[in-house]
Amino acid sequence: MAEPALSIRGLTKVYDNGFHALKGIDLEVPQGDFFALLGPNGAGKSTTLGVVSSLVRKTAGEVKIHGIDIDRDFSRAKYQLGVVPQEFNFNQFEKVEDIVLTQAGYYGLSMRECRDRCRQLLEDLGLWEKRHATARMLSGGMKRRLMIARALIHRPRLLILDEPTAGVDIELRRSMWSYMRRINAEEGTSIILTTHYLEEAENLCRNIAIINHGEIVENTSMRDLLTQLTRETFLLDLARPIEATPSLAGFEVEQVDASQLMLSIEKGQRLNDAFHQLGEQGVDVVSMRNRANRLEELFVSLVEQSSGSAPQGGEIRS
Amino acid sequence: MSMRQLAIALWTIIVREIRRFMRIWPQTLLPPSITMTMYFIIFGNLIGSRVGQMDGVDYMSYIVPGLIMMSVITNSYSNVASSFFGNKFQRSVEELIISPMPNWLILSGYVVGGAARGLCVGIIVTIVSLLFTDLHMVHPLLTAVVVIMTALLFSVGGFINALLANKFDDISIVPIFVLTPLTYLGGVFYSIHTLPDFWQGVSLINPILYMVNTFRYGILGISDIDVGWAVSAIAAFIVVFFVVGLKLLERGKGLRS
Repeated sequence: MAEPALSIRGLTKVYDNGFHALKGIDLEVPQGDFFALLGPNGAGKSTTLGVVSSLVRKTAGEVKIHGIDIDRDFSRAKYQLGVVPQEFNFNQFEKVEDIVLTQAGYYGLSMRECRDRCRQLLEDLGLWEKRHATARMLSGGMKRRLMIARALIHRPRLLILDEPTAGVDIELRRSMWSYMRRINAEEGTSIILTTHYLEEAENLCRNIAIINHGEIVENTSMRDLLTQLTRETFLLDLARPIEATPSLAGFEVEQVDASQLMLSIEKGQRLNDAFHQLGEQGVDVVSMRNRANRLEELFVSLVEQSSGSAPQGGEIRS
Repeated sequence: MSMRQLAIALWTIIVREIRRFMRIWPQTLLPPSITMTMYFIIFGNLIGSRVGQMDGVDYMSYIVPGLIMMSVITNSYSNVASSFFGNKFQRSVEELIISPMPNWLILSGYVVGGAARGLCVGIIVTIVSLLFTDLHMVHPLLTAVVVIMTALLFSVGGFINALLANKFDDISIVPIFVLTPLTYLGGVFYSIHTLPDFWQGVSLINPILYMVNTFRYGILGISDIDVGWAVSAIAAFIVVFFVVGLKLLERGKGLRS
């Protein structure tokens, strides 16, 4: 059986101030996976990825990248890894092309070896025209793409994307998604993604772990996780304004305003039944959308459960 | 990493460092040239003509080695201190930490890059000095060895300073309050034989005195101290500083949480 792209066992991190950031977590990311590591702010995501990329010293535990222990053979382990951190961490006064080629040099690749690769990456990411510009002159989105190009120059087998689309407009975000999908599918690069855009995780990732208070509270496939959703809430836009909230047998309905209803559907219930009843009461629905992203409902619920507060919105089947 | 990969990685850091100080040459190469020209005009020409000779050579020639060494020391030190701290501040140092490069290679790259700036400035100051006096090197090999060793030593010093620094002010404290006084009192402008016995004794605990005098011996053939002992001491300091820098880097002082 192939070694997992990332294997974490009993990872613990206690900061100097006594804060217990990671409480012995176990995590496994299969080779070729597109994996989401989600959690609220301060949950331990960045600390986990910081340990993997050696920016954070672990207190205890074991980390292996493609079967290579980062403590025993850090050089070979790091060679497998590309990191796109949350914050811009390149020299803003260097030129775009120099930043990427210098990174290649840090991995022992000569200019001759990686010039073509550099050109390909910069072209793919729409930065080739800006290759002679200093990094500080780039827009926020371009800087994000520059960090992706830099992380990929040495063809890592495992890529960590720590909120890669933060602050990026939706059009660019979607083009970055398609690029990430491509490198995952065509180059076989395993990807670990952290993001606050849960729609992004739901769209891209096959497996998911949710971390809260330094503990993994869920680790499963995206499909299995979404089947745990027992209730979905939809917003219905009406053709004509209504005065009273229609009553639907077996369904929970709330009136948002005169032209919009909020309909909650339990797992197993059929939307057709609700529409049938609405039709009988003369209510015409012209469009419908999820009130919140499905993963978002689950995420909020799981985090609240692990924090000990009452769940709101989507509920989890036990 | 293979030997070839290590060599490429080392060369990458060195080239990056050289490119950095070349890119900002009005801040890195020009000011020391202007400052040293002022020293030559004021101390060498105007005051030096009244001083006459020092240890048997004319005063202008006497101060040239010290002034070259002074510029090498300050520029080697400040190059690494500001470059590495700048990388820490911008977080671009993370590129290095995440990479597979061993710590000794990162340290060596910065140190050689810093020494390169020190030596560049040293060459510029030497060329400027030729406008004011003739230089005939008595021991060219020793001169080269001492100036390179000194540049390396202070580059490592700058690296340690950058690792320990938490803010930009911290990288100017050592040059202002330690290096400048020690350099001025290190026999750049005078022979310690002109001092009273007590101050001669005090001067002998100043490490920069040994570097300046060994360098002066290489160029002019005159020295206040034992040159062989001085070269050994500089080599020992380089080793000690390198080990300290490496240990701090391994501990991730100011770099890893």
